[in-house]
Amino acid sequence: MAAASPNLRIALRFLTSRKRAMAMSLTCITLGVGLFVITRATTSGFEGLFIRTMLGTNGAIRIEEKTQDVVGVMQADTGGPQSSNFKISNLEDRKFIHGIEEPELLMAAVRHFQNVTGVAAVLTGSRRVRNSFNEENGQVFGVELDDFLQVSDLGSQIVAGSLQSFRETPMGLLVGQVMANRLKLSPGDTVLIDADDGAVRFRVSAIYETGVNEIDRQRVYLHLAEARSLLRRPTGASLLQINLRDKDRAPADAFFISRTLGYSAISWQQRERSWLEVFRALKLSTLLTVMLFSLIAGIAMFNTLAMIAMEKTREIAILRSMGYTRRDIAAIFLWQASLVLAVGSGLGCLLGVGGTWAIATLPVRIRGIFATDTFIVAWSGWHYVEAVVMAAIMVMLASLLPARRAARLEPGDVIRGSAQ
Amino acid sequence: MPPAPDPLALRCENLHRYLGGGEGRVHVLRGVSFAARRGEVCAIVGPSGCGKSTLLYQLGLLDRPDDGQIWINGEQMSGADDGLRTAARSRHVGFVFQFHFLLLEFTALENVMLPMRKLGRLAPAAMEARATELLTAVGLGDKVRRAAAHLSGGEQQRVAVARALANEPSAILADEPTGNLDAKNSDLVFELLTSLARRNGQAVVMVTHNPEMAARCDAVRPMRDGQFIP
Ligand SMILES: Nc1ncnc2c1ncn2[C@@H]1O[C@H](COP(=O)(O)OP(=O)(O)OP(=O)(O)O)[C@@H](O)[C@H]1O
Ligand SMILES: [Mg+2]
Repeated sequence: MAAASPNLRIALRFLTSRKRAMAMSLTCITLGVGLFVITRATTSGFEGLFIRTMLGTNGAIRIEEKTQDVVGVMQADTGGPQSSNFKISNLEDRKFIHGIEEPELLMAAVRHFQNVTGVAAVLTGSRRVRNSFNEENGQVFGVELDDFLQVSDLGSQIVAGSLQSFRETPMGLLVGQVMANRLKLSPGDTVLIDADDGAVRFRVSAIYETGVNEIDRQRVYLHLAEARSLLRRPTGASLLQINLRDKDRAPADAFFISRTLGYSAISWQQRERSWLEVFRALKLSTLLTVMLFSLIAGIAMFNTLAMIAMEKTREIAILRSMGYTRRDIAAIFLWQASLVLAVGSGLGCLLGVGGTWAIATLPVRIRGIFATDTFIVAWSGWHYVEAVVMAAIMVMLASLLPARRAARLEPGDVIRGSAQ
Repeated sequence: MPPAPDPLALRCENLHRYLGGGEGRVHVLRGVSFAARRGEVCAIVGPSGCGKSTLLYQLGLLDRPDDGQIWINGEQMSGADDGLRTAARSRHVGFVFQFHFLLLEFTALENVMLPMRKLGRLAPAAMEARATELLTAVGLGDKVRRAAAHLSGGEQQRVAVARALANEPSAILADEPTGNLDAKNSDLVFELLTSLARRNGQAVVMVTHNPEMAARCDAVRPMRDGQFIP
């Protein structure tokens, strides 16, 4: 440690000998770290909102079909040399039967899974929704309100009217913001929903908005009992919607539910795969852009240090002549890099905090896959750790070569050269 | 039992050194043998270009010989690895370059302290006290805090002399240490080097073009065309 102090001292002096180049490198590192943090905050912010919205509307796991293996049919066919063929075709020949026959039994079974916090049966059916202004395709969602509130964020999606009035009105209905606009509906108004024999009149108890266009345009919530009589389905359910404590475990839970209960349970990750892929691609592309920026920061750092190594050959030779080792010389250059890295990372993190905060106040109105009126950002310490680690790797890579070059100088060659 | 200190601080045998490459390859040192005794001041004299600086770099372990051997305090150094040679430079050699080589972004005091900091033999306060003392001895007591870049050529050379003395090396190699100095300061630096050498038992090897100064040394070795003249 005694040797580190003179090296650090020398590093500080060398640093300040090239103020402009150092300021440039520092700026690049600051921007690299800051931009990294900001992009991470915004991309994961939007992805997070998408996931929250999607979990809040369609739940973490859904069960819509019963599975039935059709094994007997296949056994005549096992002439092939590979036994694995048989298993695959066996899976392909699984039969899927739409709907759930005994929702109460299945719900009770699902509740036994540790990670499950709620399960609700839903009866669905397509029906026309009309009033004197217009006519829309509606997707009827018959639910027990209290069950459904446990598997969705419906409670916080109400923008007009109240759930209490829905609870108190047997013929009440919850309609999405988009459909409400098209039919010019406000709470208290009535609409007609087509049934097989004529139409049934419902009263709008509340209007909800999820931000998901498809849902806000089509879905109308009814009490399960009214839905049963409207859709003429006295028993059974179309699907079970399940909420989980740990949402990330959904694929594993879905797998076990499917295996043990004989129904096919689909996790949100599987259900929303295409959107999640879009977010992944988006994250990757912005990350690549930022990586490019860090690369530039690395090059600037390399340039500065290489310049100092070249300009300071005489000083390096003198230090070597006084007993400073090759290691000391390399350390002096690594110290310079570390100092710039430390200051740059600090400033970069501040820029990240400031930038993220400023962006979070920017107004943007987005509807379609989620609803927001401002830029969505995610605050996470990991973004800062990632940014600093990336900058550190870049800067250290960039400083290795100049440091090695400086350390390899032969003092005799340099002194003879400049003595001429 | 520790070995008895070698009376020779520095010794070389049959040194050869070629400089340049291809057509321009020059045989600069042609079999030089030399020894420097503790407590003695030796002058190397000779015409410009005869190889005096080249020899000094060899003795100061700043450059490797193409042939021949060098011992410092009885230890073989010509074939030693870079680590050993660097450590020997730190402990045993003080070098004054022909052209004053200071680190210009440091103060006079810091320049003198640089070799001490590397060696780490003294506490920081003691280092500073010793550096101040040395600078005062070379007549720069009032300029210790001045940046080296803001010192005159002669002043820089005196700082370089103080720096060479910093670690109390066994051998001080000085390449025209008084070349840039007026008569008064030449005398000051010469007196300092010679008196210290005699008192502390250090060997001083000094290249000089000044015949008067050479005459005041304990030994004079004239050089010509890369060889000592017998
Ligand atoms: N890189 C080199 N390539 C070829 N020849 C060189 C090189 N460096 C020095 N020389 C030659 O080596 C010889 C010795 O140089 P050196 O510097 O040792 O001379 P010197 O005796 O110290 O001279 P001065 O009194 O002028 O300082 C000179 O003839 C010089 O031209
Ligand atoms: Mg010379």
